[in-house]
Amino acid sequence: MGVYSIPNQSGPCRVLAFDAETCIGCNRCVNVCPSDVMIPNPEKGKEPIVLYAEECWFCGGCVQECPIRAITLVTPAKQRLSTVWIDKKTGAEYRIGMKDPLPPNTTPPADNR
Amino acid sequence: MNWHEYVNATGKVPEWPYPVRYEKENIVTSDVLIIGGGVAGCRAAISARQRGARVVVADRGFTKRSGSGGAGVDHWHGAVRNPCSKVTPRMYSEAAMATTDGYTNGLVRYIVGKEGWDTLLETEQMGVQIRDETDEFKGSMFRDEETKLLFAYDLENKHCLRIYGANIKPCVDREMRRVGCDVYERICVTSLLTEGGKKGARVIGATGVHDRTGEFYIFKAKSVIVSTGKTQRLWCFAPELRESQSMYNLDQSGMGHTIGWRAGAEFVLMEMTGPVELTGTGYAPYSTGNNNNTYQGVSVVDKNGKVVKYADAYGNLIDTEEGIFKPSQEGSFFIGWGIALDHERMPAHRINLTDPNLWEKVRAGEYEQPFYTDMTSLSKTSRDIIWRLMLAHEGKCRVPIYEQFTAWGFDPKKHLLQFPVGDYSLWSIDCAWANPQSGPANWRAGNGGYLIDWRLRTTLPGLFVAGDGPIASQGCHGESQTAGRYAGRQAAIFARDIDAIEPDPEQIAAEKARCYMPTKAKGDIGWKELNYAVARIMQDYCGEYKTEHTLDMGIRRMKDLLETEGKRMYVSNPHELARALESLSLCELGVAYMEGAKARKASNKVLGFYRYDYPEDTEEWHKLVAIKQTAADAVASRGLAVDYHLQAPYAPDLEDNYQRYSESDR
Ligand SMILES: Cc1cc2nc3c(=O)[nH]c(=O)nc-3n(C[C@H](O)[C@H](O)[C@H](O)COP(=O)(O)OP(=O)(O)OC[C@H]3O[C@@H](n4cnc5c(N)ncnc54)[C@H](O)[C@@H]3O)c2cc1C
Repeated sequence: MGVYSIPNQSGPCRVLAFDAETCIGCNRCVNVCPSDVMIPNPEKGKEPIVLYAEECWFCGGCVQECPIRAITLVTPAKQRLSTVWIDKKTGAEYRIGMKDPLPPNTTPPADNR
Repeated sequence: MNWHEYVNATGKVPEWPYPVRYEKENIVTSDVLIIGGGVAGCRAAISARQRGARVVVADRGFTKRSGSGGAGVDHWHGAVRNPCSKVTPRMYSEAAMATTDGYTNGLVRYIVGKEGWDTLLETEQMGVQIRDETDEFKGSMFRDEETKLLFAYDLENKHCLRIYGANIKPCVDREMRRVGCDVYERICVTSLLTEGGKKGARVIGATGVHDRTGEFYIFKAKSVIVSTGKTQRLWCFAPELRESQSMYNLDQSGMGHTIGWRAGAEFVLMEMTGPVELTGTGYAPYSTGNNNNTYQGVSVVDKNGKVVKYADAYGNLIDTEEGIFKPSQEGSFFIGWGIALDHERMPAHRINLTDPNLWEKVRAGEYEQPFYTDMTSLSKTSRDIIWRLMLAHEGKCRVPIYEQFTAWGFDPKKHLLQFPVGDYSLWSIDCAWANPQSGPANWRAGNGGYLIDWRLRTTLPGLFVAGDGPIASQGCHGESQTAGRYAGRQAAIFARDIDAIEPDPEQIAAEKARCYMPTKAKGDIGWKELNYAVARIMQDYCGEYKTEHTLDMGIRRMKDLLETEGKRMYVSNPHELARALESLSLCELGVAYMEGAKARKASNKVLGFYRYDYPEDTEEWHKLVAIKQTAADAVASRGLAVDYHLQAPYAPDLEDNYQRYSESDR
């Protein structure tokens, strides 16, 4: 792979993570984005390209639109460090992005839709 | 993947994926044109269509998710006519006027009071859950057993509802398309077209540029509604820093204001500004421990588990969970939170919040940081209603908060969520729910909007407004959707009784030349750099304290920026062109804000408006000041009573006016 002359990435570098294995490149996420921050991948069927990461406002619309849930919203590092919770009993500290993750809490939201 | 990864992996720069056809004209004709397809615009479209109008919506984004309301809602305000409410539309409007000393929109608050509940019932028909259908919260103090409605803030008066609104925008969007509105997406509207191309004349359409193809759109309509949402980017602009903390998206450029200002409409409250959260240094909204708004009712404990009490606005501490949701003043009601009402003036209407002496107590060693939001100690229903209902449905919460936190194992039954550490003054704005950290006093957010009548019509014939932003000093779902629904009706009635007028070719040609200049000029200024410069001028010359002389300097600087750097912009593709047009429009809007500030020759605390050269707040200046651009490009201003909506030519009573102008079906 070549070494290229590339400008600094601005702002949060990665706002969305795509699961390349399952993404079918349908581009529904590209089209639902209110701020049009992505473009389709020139290669058909591949995950889209986030072109304007700093214009993303983290609404999560793309995540909800994805038919196979192949997108994760990536909380920027600065924010990951401020989302801290503790276990009331043990006092152990956790956060988004922690090294040894807890098992997910699978309780669904309260709604009937 | 992001762009850098793609380039590193392939060694190729991706070509712009859409055909680029700068200047290609598209003509779109309708009875009613709606500029901005947020919740207000979509509701306007639906109601205009239901009145038989041919409706076109032009939206900057994609209407399924665009706008402030695109990512959900948990509190529905203003539905005071729900069957459980003890608040009347009159009480609601009068309380709003009282808390702001009249510097709000008494008439819109009344309309919202009258029709907010009907609007919500229609929203339910569109597919949004507004009741505890599965009886999950049966027996909870938040629930009315008969209607299964769930209430927030004030359980005595029951007018603000908790709703399951994560999918509200997709539902409203689907209904808009179902009833047959034509939606044009990715259009950045750049100007209004007026009869004969003249300032101050009837509005007969608009122009726009497509954010993917760069094509030019000419919209012709008999009446037009502006519903473009709030204005950001004017004082406070830092996209590289703001990350997920933002309550605002970059599409909120205030273009809906600028196009009206340029067309000669009158504006009010342009001098009313408030502090902003400091973009780039805060937290993601709702991601840190707090006990306000969506989290209201949680328990708060300190490092040692010591409970922090809630207090009413008078500082009286509250001992019970029920007490948090009750006004302490006999016969009063809480208006609600986050709907642009100044509770300092009318504490009786303010919700119950944290003990105001908490930070004194920290300094005295009575409490130790950090504080935590503690949902473990709540009953199951109280915990679920906050975490699984409110946090799962509030704007920008379903994915970034609820799904993200639970994916990482957060469990409100076991875990305490940490507050930011630091002095209260660091995050005095709205108590840590909305990305706190107050900005410096010269970073402001404006509250100005169009001067409107009882039909939500502006001072330009054929031009109506709805929603957050274009309607001055407003801001919530219930209001935006209700005002949208009302304005749609009014615009359809206007269009029914009037002929279409062909736009002036010269006006179109001039706008076209302006819009495509950045594609031709061999420029060296990008859209962001221009926007940063705009923000610098606003911070320096239109901060908290102002004088005639420095405002004049600011206006000069802004016009200079527009004429110099503004003529040297570069763009790489249509997306950047649309952003550049927004940045250019901010120059004009900045001037409008400074003209508004110049027109008020007195300081005013409620307006957050301070002049060194006119430090007094005099009775003579207790009025609205309306400003506009005249045909000769001068600025004219005049005073209006704050309750102009109850003065001639209107009736002196709210209900009489509503009956006279609303054309309601009910
Ligand atoms: C995170 C968050 C949580 C919130 N929670 C609540 C809550 O619980 N309860 C509540 O009542 N309120 C809440 N609000 C506020 C509420 O979302 C807004 O008041 C409401 O969405 C405003 O609706 P609107 O249609 O007037 O404006 P918006 O929803 O902002 O829509 C404006 C539309 O105009 C379009 N537009 C802008 N410029 C142009 C242009 N030049 N050309 C064409 N189109 C353009 C945009 O694309 C957008 O679609 C919240 C807001 C946020 C951000």
